[in-house]
Amino acid sequence: MATKIHKLLLTTTLALVVLFTTSKAFANDPAASTEAAFNPGEMIQHHITDAPDWHIVTIDGHEYSIPLPVILYSSQRGLDVFSSSRFEHGHAAYNGYKLEHGHIEAVDASGSADHSVYLYNVSITKNVASMMLSAVILLVLFLTIAGSYKKRQGLAPKGAQSFFEPIILYIRDDVAKTMIGPKYEKFMPYLLTIFFFIWFNNLLGLIPAGANVSGNITFTLFLALATFIVTTLTANKYYWAHILWTPGVPLPLRIIILPLEVIGMFTKPFSLMIRLFANITAGHIIVLSFLGLVFIFKTIAVAAFGVPFALFISILELFVALLQAYVFTLLTALYFGSAVHAHEHDDDHAQGHEAAH
Amino acid sequence: MNLITPDFGLFFWQTITFAIVLFVLGKFAWGPIMSSLKEREDSITEALESAAKAKTEMATLKAANEALLQEARLERDKMLRDAQTVANNLLNEAKDKALKEGNLLMENARKGIETEKNAALAEVKNYAVNIALEVAEKILKKELKDNDAQKALVSEYLKETTLN
Repeated sequence: MATKIHKLLLTTTLALVVLFTTSKAFANDPAASTEAAFNPGEMIQHHITDAPDWHIVTIDGHEYSIPLPVILYSSQRGLDVFSSSRFEHGHAAYNGYKLEHGHIEAVDASGSADHSVYLYNVSITKNVASMMLSAVILLVLFLTIAGSYKKRQGLAPKGAQSFFEPIILYIRDDVAKTMIGPKYEKFMPYLLTIFFFIWFNNLLGLIPAGANVSGNITFTLFLALATFIVTTLTANKYYWAHILWTPGVPLPLRIIILPLEVIGMFTKPFSLMIRLFANITAGHIIVLSFLGLVFIFKTIAVAAFGVPFALFISILELFVALLQAYVFTLLTALYFGSAVHAHEHDDDHAQGHEAAH
Repeated sequence: MNLITPDFGLFFWQTITFAIVLFVLGKFAWGPIMSSLKEREDSITEALESAAKAKTEMATLKAANEALLQEARLERDKMLRDAQTVANNLLNEAKDKALKEGNLLMENARKGIETEKNAALAEVKNYAVNIALEVAEKILKKELKDNDAQKALVSEYLKETTLN
């Protein structure tokens, strides 16, 4: 009963996505999988983690998913490229590799894990595919918008242009100019790119059957690292002076502050990484938990309460998708601002000087 | 643990994808968009400024026109006034002159008439005296042809003259 409802629910929510499903594979033992007890932890884990293929829906033990290329490299075996459908959703080993809990492992002839092979897995996984999709959307959308700026030189914005222009202006005026100051211009491409990159990936993650890319620690790690690198490379002498030898502070305090400031250099991007990861993943977990209640209690009556809550959280997540992209961009701009800010005391002095005149 | 373990593959592809997105959008989207926005803002600011400038210029021009008009009006009024004055003066002068001329003429005429009248009167007097004398002479000659008559007359005169 419960699995039927599960199927029904997934079928209805994912009906549109199923249209482009290209592969179907039979589970080895359909009877066993339909009888298996519902494990909410496993279900949620499955939804929020990466996978070698893009799973859309399971109906009557048939897993419908988009196969994606598996690309593996190891010094022992060289480069191997094949379709993820070869694994038959973890039920078959292929070419000396097998899928173990979503991870690809090298196996020896007997079928047990071969730990002597260090595998570089650069497969186009579900997350990579989703991220590339977002990149394509970003490129097509903003190159088109840039085209309409050229076409309609000096005229009022139109269509997508008029939707995104206020957002671009907001990032320029209220994020970059406010946080960075007069040197904001050189950071604009980076700020706009991370804002829209995060936002679009957040939104793609909210589509049913979508990948949880922006709630993936690797994704947020990359962006935080990029922000850290840009901050460090563009930092001026006042930034370093502030960290290494905080001005205007007694000597003993300077020695205490030094390690704190150095740690602070790293905690800032670290907080960026954790914030985005936790917010997006938490949102996904809450939605899945509310829906999972139906299958835990094995009664459709719970849906009367679980589905509206899941809907409410989903709508909230739409807002969070934008908010987190904004927060990430805002804090990034703030860190850039601290890196390129002119000496504060000079500023105060200059202002005082001007005021005196 | 799976959830918080960074994944090499995703990081690898993200580096490539993000680098491409950042480069392509930075070069072909954000750059042109930012510059067009700036251009448009500048042109709007410029247009507003020039509009304000035009307004001030207009006001200045209007004020200048007004001043010019006022001046012209004053000039006209002055000219009219002057013309009026000149005309009045001319008229008055002409009137005065005519009056004087008239008076003079009248005076002359009156004097002439007076003279003529006096002369005429003197002539009439002389003529009347002469006539009277002639008549008296004739009467006297006729009356005093005989003595009787002369005596009668003397007596008559004597009668009239009372000797006191």
